[in-house]
Amino acid sequence: MKFTLSWLKEHLDTTATVDEIAERLTSIGLEVEEVFNPAAALKGFITAKVEKCEMHPDSDHLHLLSVNNGKEVLQVVCGAPNVKLGTIGIFAPVGVIIPCYNEKLTVGKIRGVESFGMLCSEKELCIGEDHNGIIELPADTPISIPAAEVLNIDPVIEISITPNRAECLGVRGVARDLAASGLGTLKPLEIKKTNASFKCPINIRVEAPEACPVYTGRYIKGVNNHAETPKWMKARLSAIGLRPISPLVDVTNYLNYDLARPLHVFDADKLKGDLVIRMAKEGEPFTSLEEKEYKLDSKSLGICDDEGVQCLGGVMGGLAKGCSADTTNVLLESAAFKPECIARTGRHFQIDSDSRYRYERWVDPNSNVMGSDYATSLILDICGGEASEIVICGEENYCAQPVTLRYERVKTLAGIDVSKEEIIRILTALGFKLTDHGNSVEAICPTWRGDIEFEADLVEEIVRMVGLDNIPATSMPSDEFPKQTLSAKQQRVVVTKHELASRGMYETVTWSFTDSKLCQPFRKGKNPVKLMNPIVAELDEMRPSILPNLLLAAHNNIARGDNNMALFEVGPEFYGCRPTEQGTVAAGIRCGMTSKKHWLKDERAYDVFDAKADAIAAIAAANGPWDSAQITTDAPEYYHPGRSGTLRLGKNVIAYFGEIHPMVLKAYDIKGRVVAFEVFLDNIPLPRINANKSKKKLELYSLQAVDKDLAFVVNKDVAAANILAAAKNADREYISEVRIFDVFEGGNLPENKKSIALSVTFQPKEKSFTDQELDGLMKKVILEVGKKTDAVLRQ
Amino acid sequence: MEDLKELEANVLQSINNAADLRALDEVRVSVLGKKGSLTEKMKSLGTLPQEEKIAAGKALNILKNTIETAIDSKKHELETAELNKKLAGERIDVTLPIRPETQGRIHPVSKIYEEVVAIFGQMGFEVAEGPDVEDQFHNFNALNMPANHPARQMQDTFYIANPDSADFDDSFVVRTHTSGIQIRTMEAKKPPIRIIAPGRTYRSDFDATHTPMFHQVEGLVIDKTTTMAHLKGCLYDFVKAFFEIDDIKVRYRPSYFPFTEPSAEMDIGCRKGKEELKIGEGDDWLEILGCGMVHPNVLRAGGIDPDEYQGFAFGMGIDRLAMLKYGIPDLRTFFESDLRWLKHYGFVPLDTSSMTGGLSNNGGLAR
Repeated sequence: MKFTLSWLKEHLDTTATVDEIAERLTSIGLEVEEVFNPAAALKGFITAKVEKCEMHPDSDHLHLLSVNNGKEVLQVVCGAPNVKLGTIGIFAPVGVIIPCYNEKLTVGKIRGVESFGMLCSEKELCIGEDHNGIIELPADTPISIPAAEVLNIDPVIEISITPNRAECLGVRGVARDLAASGLGTLKPLEIKKTNASFKCPINIRVEAPEACPVYTGRYIKGVNNHAETPKWMKARLSAIGLRPISPLVDVTNYLNYDLARPLHVFDADKLKGDLVIRMAKEGEPFTSLEEKEYKLDSKSLGICDDEGVQCLGGVMGGLAKGCSADTTNVLLESAAFKPECIARTGRHFQIDSDSRYRYERWVDPNSNVMGSDYATSLILDICGGEASEIVICGEENYCAQPVTLRYERVKTLAGIDVSKEEIIRILTALGFKLTDHGNSVEAICPTWRGDIEFEADLVEEIVRMVGLDNIPATSMPSDEFPKQTLSAKQQRVVVTKHELASRGMYETVTWSFTDSKLCQPFRKGKNPVKLMNPIVAELDEMRPSILPNLLLAAHNNIARGDNNMALFEVGPEFYGCRPTEQGTVAAGIRCGMTSKKHWLKDERAYDVFDAKADAIAAIAAANGPWDSAQITTDAPEYYHPGRSGTLRLGKNVIAYFGEIHPMVLKAYDIKGRVVAFEVFLDNIPLPRINANKSKKKLELYSLQAVDKDLAFVVNKDVAAANILAAAKNADREYISEVRIFDVFEGGNLPENKKSIALSVTFQPKEKSFTDQELDGLMKKVILEVGKKTDAVLRQ
Repeated sequence: MEDLKELEANVLQSINNAADLRALDEVRVSVLGKKGSLTEKMKSLGTLPQEEKIAAGKALNILKNTIETAIDSKKHELETAELNKKLAGERIDVTLPIRPETQGRIHPVSKIYEEVVAIFGQMGFEVAEGPDVEDQFHNFNALNMPANHPARQMQDTFYIANPDSADFDDSFVVRTHTSGIQIRTMEAKKPPIRIIAPGRTYRSDFDATHTPMFHQVEGLVIDKTTTMAHLKGCLYDFVKAFFEIDDIKVRYRPSYFPFTEPSAEMDIGCRKGKEELKIGEGDDWLEILGCGMVHPNVLRAGGIDPDEYQGFAFGMGIDRLAMLKYGIPDLRTFFESDLRWLKHYGFVPLDTSSMTGGLSNNGGLAR
């Protein structure tokens, strides 16, 4: 919403400066976006008088002047045709910036004569379009006073209007708010009633009163739309960015912004038959004045004649029956439309207009006759013509439900003391009709506002006017000892992130969306969760896994020349359309080498065991019993079938890890291998509430443990984990640890065999092992491993 | 005795001349070995008469001690020389760089989450969560935004079809704010309530200052006595703690949100320079959050009696807080996973946030 200072002052009697007004607007909730004040650029410019005016010795059009600026008399070369002896103009001394050129004025030398300053045109000062000559001020203008004080400068103020403040989409509403805040007085609005000389020749009928409770029409005959819109109106419209078009259009635009009163004007000669306000028929065609064609539905309101819908009521006029420059007879519409109907129609057909913008928020339902009268008098003044009687369908009888405000509620809700007298003053100034009941007041909201329903709304009106900055700031009382801020479930997300970062991975945050064309393999058999209205085609599905986005990130980094990376993200993935059909997952990828080339030459390619280690670290960080998870080799299809695994607790999958399938990488245009993991945090059991925090007793044995190595030959398809488990379980009491220290295939081993060498730690307890005891323990290991895996000791 | 003196002189000379440990050992064997010269003399003591035996034995023992001491001393000298020679050969250029290590990073969004949690935790807030895909009731209607409410158009909403209903009004939305968690919290627990709800939020907007996904933190306080004065105190305490500036300037402007009444926006004082933004000084203002007293319709929708309870709510952008506090210029870069950006703007793994251990910059320098 834009307006000029002079426009505001048409409604508000105030001596406040534009800066004071701007500050107040923001503090009462009409946030100032911008103040464009040409005066700000005129610092240093002063009035000055031409005391000598001769022709330039070397030119037939330049003048050589002596200019008195009150302090000194300066020699100035001037090219303006209107300069003459005695002219008082705006003088720019050397050193100021000329607004129009945005350049500093220096001592000039024009055809050999020095010039110490210049006299300016309106255009050069950016206060008008005139560049035919210099500004000529009245002869009695004192010299040496600031330019901004003598020039007619009209700053433009732009404010943003929140959806509840529809009445401030008109300058008068803004003025009323400022007056209520104490910054001046609201001037009365004087509207000439026009003497009607005849009856409206067009019959008007409302058949949809639920969408259009009041409709007024007035016929004006013999208008001259070629007439010129008055300069003041053109200036105001231009200042707020509306191009003056013709008097009829300009008047309706002006009222939209002056009083937040939308109007419509039909070319009456084009209308056929009666004007009927009715709901459109399904599929009924309509061509807007923007020449767009629509198929209407039964929820849209039409202003219709015998030839169909001629105006989409309150939203946009139609092409067929609109005014042109040659229009002579018009029908002026001023009506009340229901916000719900306008909002629905506008949204459904995606039509934006100043009219829709106002109607869907609130237009004073009792302002139709007033708006018609005002517009009629303006049209008659500008275009001439004769007005008919006004036709009014429906009744202007809107009255808001009274709302009660307990005076103490301002204190108990807003925390500020405001006296009863001040409360009454503010509400009265805002237009409320009040009935005092001692401890409370009953307030009837003015018809120009539709946003006051509750006591809290009235409290807001009070605090707006009193100023939010005057409310004291009180720290939150802490009468209870606070609980832990994060739940165990939230805390483990934080710890998991820090654990993965401490493993050298970079945390990233990627969209919750992904590209449905690329993420198909990651859906794990679930239906895609598609957006109905994606912002771009590549972000059209809620991600079924974090990995697709990490792979895109890998692709992008590789394209930038970063081939080695370790990235992770902890966030949601989606497996269904309904709320809560999502899970929290920690996922990461590594690709390339552990580092770039290095003199120690210990860089290596990331492999599946890095991903497995990441997964285990993340599980452990999330308090998951990583050590008791079973590993199987049935990871989803987007992993390498032979280089991936699943970690499970019972039935629940807590992680996948492995190399990403090369076919998937191909789709993401990634060459080389990528290893990845996904840890499904929601499948990791949470610690029991109030679980015992004490640690298990530490058992220390004074006797030294004994390490023994055993190599087994076993079928290639036997999982190492099974061999490890069998060895560990061979003797629960004395075997404290089993490690695999060698894996070997080929050599003199049979084709389908491999050798796995274990290093077993035996821990003696009360006394050292005898040779026989140690032998016995090793035999148990050999036996158990053999029994479980068909392994034989390697000779 | 004369020959003992001579022996001593010869032996000490040989010890001194020994070039290495082997030569020294040869000297030792030649003197103190089974057939060594001194050993031989010791053996011959038995042949001496009793009265000479004692004196001669004593002299021999003294000589033996002298020689042993000389050998030990020489041995130590040679060993030291040998070690020094070995160490000299082991010299490496310690100016060579260390093995490459990658120090990971925590994303700024996670960092701000932790800071915000730490500060509001201090004020007795707990963290609440809700789903990213919401029903329209929790995202809009319960927040006093019925279907035709103009504020619903302020938010460009992503929709997801409801598999159980073809009616558009039943379709789900990708939450446009975390405010729906207010309602879910009220449904789940009785007042007093003090929660913050951080999370991902989504709007169909993509330009220099908007991304289709961003992060918000919502706050909700419900009890019987909380007023706007507490709202101001709470938020002032927050921005002061968060920006770690003791005398931060703030102002409040009346505003409009469907779910609060009265509503306000909070600005913080700053100076907007050409290149950078300085928080806490200067005469410019920067909008930082929206807030207000919870609308009675919202309390009702959450099953709480507005005649008995009241409170406030606020919401602010986590990414925006990160940009302001840590001088990150472009919101879009938050979600690009550019390794160079993550390394530069990310936080080191030990950088954790608490009101006791420090809010920021406490994880050491980045490597």
